[in-house]
Amino acid sequence: MKDENVLLDVQKLALHFSARKGVVQAVDFVDFRLDHNEAVVIIGESGCGKTSMAKAILRLLPRNVARYTGNIYLKGTDVMKLNSEQFRRQVRWVRMSLVPQAAMNALNPVIRVGDQVAEPAIIHLGLDKEQAMKQAMQMFQHVGVPIDFMTRYPFELSGGMRQRVAIAMALVTAPDLIVLDEPTSALDVLTQANIMNLLKRIKKEMGTSYILITHDIGTSSELADSVAVMYAGQIVEESDAMRFFTAPLHPYSQKLMASVPRLHGDTEPDFIIGQPPSLINPPTGCRYADRCHKRFEKCDEEPPTIDYHDGRRVKCWLYVDEGG
Amino acid sequence: MAITMESRENITMQEPIGDGRAPLLSIQDLHVWFELRKWGFAHAGYVRAVDGVSFDLPHGQAMAVVGESGCGKSSLMKTILGLNRPTKGDLIFDDMRLTEVRGSGMRRYRSEIGYVQQDPYGALAPFMTVERILKEPMVVNGIRDKEEQMRRINKALTEVKMTPIDDFLHKFPHMLSGGQQQRIVIARAMVMEPKLLVADEPVSMLDASVRVEILKLLRTLQEQRDLAVIYITHDLSTVRYFSERILVMYAGQIIEKSEVNELIANPKHPYTVALLNATAEPEAENALVYRDIPPGEPPSLVNPPSGCRFHPRCPHIIKGVCDVKESPEFQTGPDHYVKCWLYE
Repeated sequence: MKDENVLLDVQKLALHFSARKGVVQAVDFVDFRLDHNEAVVIIGESGCGKTSMAKAILRLLPRNVARYTGNIYLKGTDVMKLNSEQFRRQVRWVRMSLVPQAAMNALNPVIRVGDQVAEPAIIHLGLDKEQAMKQAMQMFQHVGVPIDFMTRYPFELSGGMRQRVAIAMALVTAPDLIVLDEPTSALDVLTQANIMNLLKRIKKEMGTSYILITHDIGTSSELADSVAVMYAGQIVEESDAMRFFTAPLHPYSQKLMASVPRLHGDTEPDFIIGQPPSLINPPTGCRYADRCHKRFEKCDEEPPTIDYHDGRRVKCWLYVDEGG
Repeated sequence: MAITMESRENITMQEPIGDGRAPLLSIQDLHVWFELRKWGFAHAGYVRAVDGVSFDLPHGQAMAVVGESGCGKSSLMKTILGLNRPTKGDLIFDDMRLTEVRGSGMRRYRSEIGYVQQDPYGALAPFMTVERILKEPMVVNGIRDKEEQMRRINKALTEVKMTPIDDFLHKFPHMLSGGQQQRIVIARAMVMEPKLLVADEPVSMLDASVRVEILKLLRTLQEQRDLAVIYITHDLSTVRYFSERILVMYAGQIIEKSEVNELIANPKHPYTVALLNATAEPEAENALVYRDIPPGEPPSLVNPPSGCRFHPRCPHIIKGVCDVKESPEFQTGPDHYVKCWLYE
């Protein structure tokens, strides 16, 4: 048993896939934790393993898994010890649910949206149809979709409305944790801001926790209590939002922040030269070393994750003396 | 298909602006409507995708068109590319009048406009090598001389910084990263040495870390080649680094035109204000506040609202005016025009 006050404690989580060219180390021994009613944002470039991490947490695995190990403590119980049937019955969608990437296209096109939202309540909570529909109706009100839309099909709704329906579907079982995989990347600016407002309100009113996966740093700041930066399958920095958005530690985070175009102010945005390494046989030392502007000899060895004195964690040799 | 409804009126020659040359592209009261049919033949109304758009684009200028999906910016772009026929109004590009060009004239028209697609992977044929991809526009436009072809490919690839060239010529698109694919798309648009480049959300599919790189590349091309660029986007934060002027579109119409920094500092139209409010800067305080966003969604283009098209969502609506009469364009600054009754 672990500390029950921590909602989610992920330790040494690894998810590797076997591919024709070798083993893809998509999630490579990742640790992080999440408190009740907290939102953690996982930021990284495409191909850094963000979505694989979401899948690993929810155990939605493809067939070519080569390694799936580690511990995931949900309120103190290690859900990795459950078999897949137990996991399906007790955890997935009951205690944590997912708003998938491009959720607006993830709805079943031939089922009315009301029925789709009610379905998890029937299957996972064991409600009868009538109760489940009542529950679904509440969720529609909650996410701001008119109730008469319940009898419509997904193609009859706009992108923003479909996204709201997908969120309603994740909420209907009142889970403790929702994993949001790029929830707004396909939406317009105003719709995006509206969805972010909605997510903030849900968090406040229902006490839900979020894992928000995104590559858009601007949007991530809308929801973040804390930030985890992923690079080539590893978490390179874990920080509270305030410190991250003002002065990140890891050279990669610094460059990432500098690459964000700003609406106001005079800073010219910068970009990161080069590409992230392949996740098949990644470099043995620091995986960011080849692109790093602060590289030195030490970087040929893999850096430890250092507990920085103010509670942040960073995987970089530069801070090795400042830990403790 | 767009249909031609009315014969065009004769328009007077444009007054030269800027460097004394006539504008490269001049659009007057352009309408692009698509007919809706019921049961396949009965007329059921029009989708008014572009509804009365006018602007001039001088040689060598970068202009951004900003708006949400469904506001008609793609229809406008396709009309400029010569893929849609205007229903009404006039479009003059480099002395060619779009409504009059046909056949080989159309080929010349299209060869002078480069197009950078949104999704680079979807825009590149997966079975062609980079070399074939870059040759294709020249084959279509009758440049058959092998040496000339290679000279242009060399030049284009060097300009988009895909060097050494020989490393890339024989690669297929899937062997390249997203940023490299987008460079190939840009190189392909440049081999015909166009006067105008239309870039439709060129960076929205790319990672944040490469977006700026691609935008800077487009900027360099624009400046070095005296190239005019129309940059279509919904992301206001990138516009500032990339273009001089900006048009804001809503429901098929241009509602605000201005120089970029002026627009960001002094937005006039309530819709522009909302767009700017919705654009998040990476600051931790964002998580603590709700954003001030107008309710609702953009209207249907089949039956747009009467009067100002933004009035059902507008926080500053003047009852009896905004919902009745469409606003003309009011000038609020040296190069700042807004279509809103608040500035009468």
